[in-house]
Amino acid sequence: MSGSRKTRTIRVDALARVEGEGGVVVRVRGDKVEDVSLRIYEPPRFFEAFLRGRHFTEAPDITARICGICPVAYQMSAIHAMENACGVTVTGPIRDLRRLLYCGEWIESHVLHVAMLHAPDFLGYESAIHMAKDHPGVVTDSLQLKKLGNEIVTVIGGREIHPVNARVGGFHRAPSKTDLRPLAEKLKAGRDLAVSILKLVAGFPFPDFTPDYELVALRHASEYPFNEGRLVSSGGLDIAVSDYESHFAEEHVEHSNALHSALKERGAYFVGPLARYGLNFDRLPPAVQQLAKEAGLPPVCRNPFQSIVVRMVETVYAIDEALRILAAYEPPDRPFVDVPPRDGVGTACTEAPRGILYHRYRIGADGLIQEAKIIPPTSQNLRTIENDLRLFVERNLDLPQDQLTWRCEQAVRNYDPCISCATHFLTLTIERN
Amino acid sequence: MTRILIGTGNPFSGDDAAGRLVVRKARPRLPADVHVVEATGDGAQLLDLWNAGDDVILVDAAVSGGLPGAIHRLDAVAGPVPARFHLRSSHAFGVAPGIELARALVRLPRRLTLYAIEAGSFDTGTDPTPGVARAIDEVADTVAAAWSGAPA
Repeated sequence: MSGSRKTRTIRVDALARVEGEGGVVVRVRGDKVEDVSLRIYEPPRFFEAFLRGRHFTEAPDITARICGICPVAYQMSAIHAMENACGVTVTGPIRDLRRLLYCGEWIESHVLHVAMLHAPDFLGYESAIHMAKDHPGVVTDSLQLKKLGNEIVTVIGGREIHPVNARVGGFHRAPSKTDLRPLAEKLKAGRDLAVSILKLVAGFPFPDFTPDYELVALRHASEYPFNEGRLVSSGGLDIAVSDYESHFAEEHVEHSNALHSALKERGAYFVGPLARYGLNFDRLPPAVQQLAKEAGLPPVCRNPFQSIVVRMVETVYAIDEALRILAAYEPPDRPFVDVPPRDGVGTACTEAPRGILYHRYRIGADGLIQEAKIIPPTSQNLRTIENDLRLFVERNLDLPQDQLTWRCEQAVRNYDPCISCATHFLTLTIERN
Repeated sequence: MTRILIGTGNPFSGDDAAGRLVVRKARPRLPADVHVVEATGDGAQLLDLWNAGDDVILVDAAVSGGLPGAIHRLDAVAGPVPARFHLRSSHAFGVAPGIELARALVRLPRRLTLYAIEAGSFDTGTDPTPGVARAIDEVADTVAAAWSGAPA
């Protein structure tokens, strides 16, 4: 990147996805916020480049390495995109196992964020360690729940971090009913823990803050979405996933190594639990809808601070969905279907814990990847996070600096972005002139 | 009392594999009653690896400002793990926060000795750097010697 401020040339040799380190700078003059920059200074990672030339069957395991918290999401988006490119649709128990695997990831990711990273913000603690001294029960319960999510991923995926059992066409090995039996008992007990944590977080104090986001998520004909559906929005968007790039664009911004995404016609948008929930409330089972109502959530919620409540609603859903799948499971005759490569382009969006994760691949008849594009949820939310901070700081300028800084960190953590997934990972500076 | 040797880290990230390699080198020389565990370094899971009465040695890579290959030995029951060992992790809880969480929940084992090996490189797919490789051997020797006999 080079150039002066008047005539600026931005040369982009490599663009990063959102991972690792970041910081926020908010500049305030008088009662106006002049500038908000969510800065991602993690070095570029080149995943899209080094996928080129690799075999299409390698994409799930390579892309899983992008994230240690949501490797299942990367595997699922890669697998579905490859099957889309090859004209294969997987149904039956293999499809169910994929949903079950995703349930495990949602549980472990959501619970980790809710209890260990976000709840301390609301309860006034520096970290979960400090919170644990006064609230040992919630920490212990959440660790138990997170472990349950890990166990699902281990049983279905082969191991809990960067699972190895998923493949294009299905799984290398399908679990037996005996393999799965212990999970059901634990999930039944885990549901009670999840509901109690939901009730706890529902009672947190939430600032009155409801920006008019355009919510974007998958929507399936009958299911709460994991791996399939059309892309819909609260602004009227309703498109096939294959049309994603006709409506969304990525752009490089000077202050960040990460690309920012925007709707071409309307700019910033919002992905993640709040969007999924708001666009798919009617797809939740009645029992989960009722829990959401009791937790004070309307069918569409636009307060990002209440995302902590929505994450727990989705956790309960993931447990119920896992139990439903386990009860009906009959192992497939074969753990995978054949997916012969063909020359073509495949796309897929799946619902990572943090929102839609888009993959597009062009592969040749030889099965080699010619082009790859990966758009993770956090980069889709970056512009919205900056907008939130601008609005929130302007409305709360009377707060002392330390409280305002705290609130801003909390506002960023509403999105559970990878960059702030460790407490105090994010550095936040508020400059007042 | 159970004796447990835990090695944490990513086996594919250069020096980050140090803890796990210590486990692999020490394992053949340890009595059968010693439990050995390789783990990712997710601090939120550490509590599940031990019980209150256990004697635990935990080996992990660290970046605390020392030279690569330097070995830090800490008695984690005697006091908090110093702040310089609380690595900034891109994925939530590391080993040091996990130990402190166990302390807050009164779930530390009876003994917890932390060996932190100062790392120099976390490059993907590489072997440990020479200084760290020597430290891995040294810690493995120390653990094997300390636990060669019956529990104290």
